[in-house]
Amino acid sequence: MKTETVLRIVDLFAAICFILALKGLSNPKGARRGNIIGAFGMAVAIGFNFATPGLHRFAIILIAMAIGTAIGVPIARYVKMTAVPQMVAGFNGVGGGAAALVAMSDFLQSHPQQLAVYQIIEVLFGVIVGSVSFSGSIIAFAKLQELMTGRPITYPGQKVINGTVFAAIIAGGAWVCVAPHTGVIVGVAVLSLVFGAAFVLPIGGADVPVLISLLNSFTGLAVAASGFVLHSVLLVVAGTLVGASGTLLTRMMSQAMGRSLANILFSAFGSVVVATEESGVEGRTVKSASAEDVAILLAYSRKVAIVPGYGLAVAQAQHVVRELADLLEARGVEVFYAIHPVAGRMPGHMNVLLAEANVPYDQLLEMEQANAAFPTTDVALVIGANDVVNPAAKSSPGSPIYGMPILNVDEAKNVIFLKRSMRPGFAGIENELMYQDATTLLFGDAKDSLTQLVAAVKNT
Amino acid sequence: MSGSDIINLITVFALSVFVGIEVISKVPSVLHTPLMSGTNAIHGVILVGSMIVLGDAHGTTQLVLGIVAVIFATINVVGGFVVTDRMLEMFKQKPEPKKPSSDAGDRP
Repeated sequence: MKTETVLRIVDLFAAICFILALKGLSNPKGARRGNIIGAFGMAVAIGFNFATPGLHRFAIILIAMAIGTAIGVPIARYVKMTAVPQMVAGFNGVGGGAAALVAMSDFLQSHPQQLAVYQIIEVLFGVIVGSVSFSGSIIAFAKLQELMTGRPITYPGQKVINGTVFAAIIAGGAWVCVAPHTGVIVGVAVLSLVFGAAFVLPIGGADVPVLISLLNSFTGLAVAASGFVLHSVLLVVAGTLVGASGTLLTRMMSQAMGRSLANILFSAFGSVVVATEESGVEGRTVKSASAEDVAILLAYSRKVAIVPGYGLAVAQAQHVVRELADLLEARGVEVFYAIHPVAGRMPGHMNVLLAEANVPYDQLLEMEQANAAFPTTDVALVIGANDVVNPAAKSSPGSPIYGMPILNVDEAKNVIFLKRSMRPGFAGIENELMYQDATTLLFGDAKDSLTQLVAAVKNT
Repeated sequence: MSGSDIINLITVFALSVFVGIEVISKVPSVLHTPLMSGTNAIHGVILVGSMIVLGDAHGTTQLVLGIVAVIFATINVVGGFVVTDRMLEMFKQKPEPKKPSSDAGDRP
């Protein structure tokens, strides 16, 4: 058989592996196997790719791959689970960057004057979308890693400026089609990098995960475009699969937050004024209590709901919380965990963290089940969660989170907030719930407070 | 590239859109994060393209672009699969709601 034929069969094999991987990843039973099938298909595709006729510089390629592996594996292995969202953003960013570079490099290598318009459009698509994904992911990474503020960044005329940059990219693209000069396409790439960053800046920290999913599908499309440039069926299939499924996943995520994608991407424009206006509630009093008081309340309850949020994840308190739950159960208290679909920083993030602490799966209630249980709950223990229990989502149309389905912890008889400070949550919105009569605050680091609670419950 | 080649690619593209949407039509929210991470790893297949560009580069600029592309793509592909596996590893001892495993049974 000719090498070309073998390579095409390998492409087909890898493409099938990727489809099976996606299929597996979308149900709990096959998820891990799905990922392994995907990795296997990838390894086969990359291995056989060395046999591509006319491929030189094996040594340099292998060295570059070794460098990439040396960077990627330790990050993926040792970064804390709480930092997963920004890690995915980072991996996505470099993928988008690679797609842009591949398209750009192919353009530089060919004689641009001889390219047909459709070929130039393929290159442009790869360069523009890849660059947007690259810089957008970097900003998303910076927001989640708290290298910069997680709040929406807005300034006067932002829409006009972004619109102008976008128009300039289109104009530059048209120019390249007519007169394919290297300088112009580099200019388009730079503008695309600017646009990617500008596009992400006004998106608030709590919405960044949805944004990462969107950028993920962008990278898929950029890869598909590079596939067109290089005439690679595999890149087209894999890139398009990711582009299509990523777009669908993005929609599912925004639905889980009860918002439309457009609302997430563009709501910061204009809503900021309302948000600041609303936080004018200083000087109001809250009730706070000691760990011992809270422990007694918990120990003599019949039903306790644990509402974990990102604060729990940050404090690495998932193991202590399980200890507390076990103690309470040993005393005959019914305990359940109320998991908001976007608790933590990504949908499903909290389930991963609690699974790590061996919390029994059947104690994790999804939002609907949990909301049905709150009216009969004695104590709702809110640990480092804020926005997902904020009644403003129901009552205050001006709020940035208005319309997001929340956990109705206010229906429980008592609400205990474990909080580090009075600082508002990730979305930067004041929480009315903290000022209600049934609410008590226990200040301190989530892990310390929980450790104290565990000790106090033991002594009760 | 001949005209029929591009039509072939467009055909593949169009069909892949439908497959991509169809294959993940129902995902429980628990798996949103691992699925996002898994698809993220799959677009690391750009490594295949990056290798070709690097292996075929003429001149220093393209060589540098190619090397950077291979490094980036390798980080994407390797990191993506490893972190997805790490996430999914945490689901493995999850007992089925109906048949409690021995691991879940001896809990206090």
